[in-house]
Amino acid sequence: MSNIVITSSGNELTAQFDKRFGRAEWFCVLNSMTKESRFIKNEFTDSNHGAGTKVAELMIELKVDKIISGDFGPKAKELLEEVNIQMVIIQDSTNIKEIVDRIVV
Amino acid sequence: MPRRTRLRKVVAPPEFKGYKPYGTNRNSKEPIELLYEEYEAIKLSDYDLMNHKEASELMGVSRATFARIYESARRKIAMAFVETKEIRTVYGNTQMDESWFLCNVCHARFTLPKTLKQDICPMCSSDQIESLSKQK
Repeated sequence: MSNIVITSSGNELTAQFDKRFGRAEWFCVLNSMTKESRFIKNEFTDSNHGAGTKVAELMIELKVDKIISGDFGPKAKELLEEVNIQMVIIQDSTNIKEIVDRIVV
Repeated sequence: MPRRTRLRKVVAPPEFKGYKPYGTNRNSKEPIELLYEEYEAIKLSDYDLMNHKEASELMGVSRATFARIYESARRKIAMAFVETKEIRTVYGNTQMDESWFLCNVCHARFTLPKTLKQDICPMCSSDQIESLSKQK
């Protein structure tokens, strides 16, 4: 079982994929076993600094194994690397559902 | 106060410390300092034959900034040639990017944490992956 997070710009599966990590609007948390997904609002979107670090800490709390986003800042990357969370960068402008379909086989 | 310089992502540092001219009788001149990001700019556009847009995205800077780095690199190399100066590579405003892998099928970039057992692409499960830092 693993938890996968996809950065999203809205709280539904048809929403656009958000290419930012720390300042993404929403996070789609997907359970790869049950294929259930839930959406979490990013509280740190408008924080003045350290959004990436705070979100990375949130990811650790959520026991995430894999994060799909468009880019990771240096601090977030360092932190996520330390706790062995896999980071995936894709540059496609697509929606959440398409990404989910690609990774859940 | 100007804005701070954003760190440029460099996939692999140059594998040399510098270049020295030979066959010249004048020596002990000030070396020219070539930054890692300038080496990377030359590598991406003239060796990997990328266009500036792609290369700038890879280095995490704007296209205009990439063009500036590239131009400064070319000028430094030209100056070293003409004035028979030594080139020395220095770190510069660089952030090393060693842990990334690239999938050759779906072009996703990703890291492979130590806890993961199999080396496959997380997006398409293909094993056609390569390390970005070993790419020459």
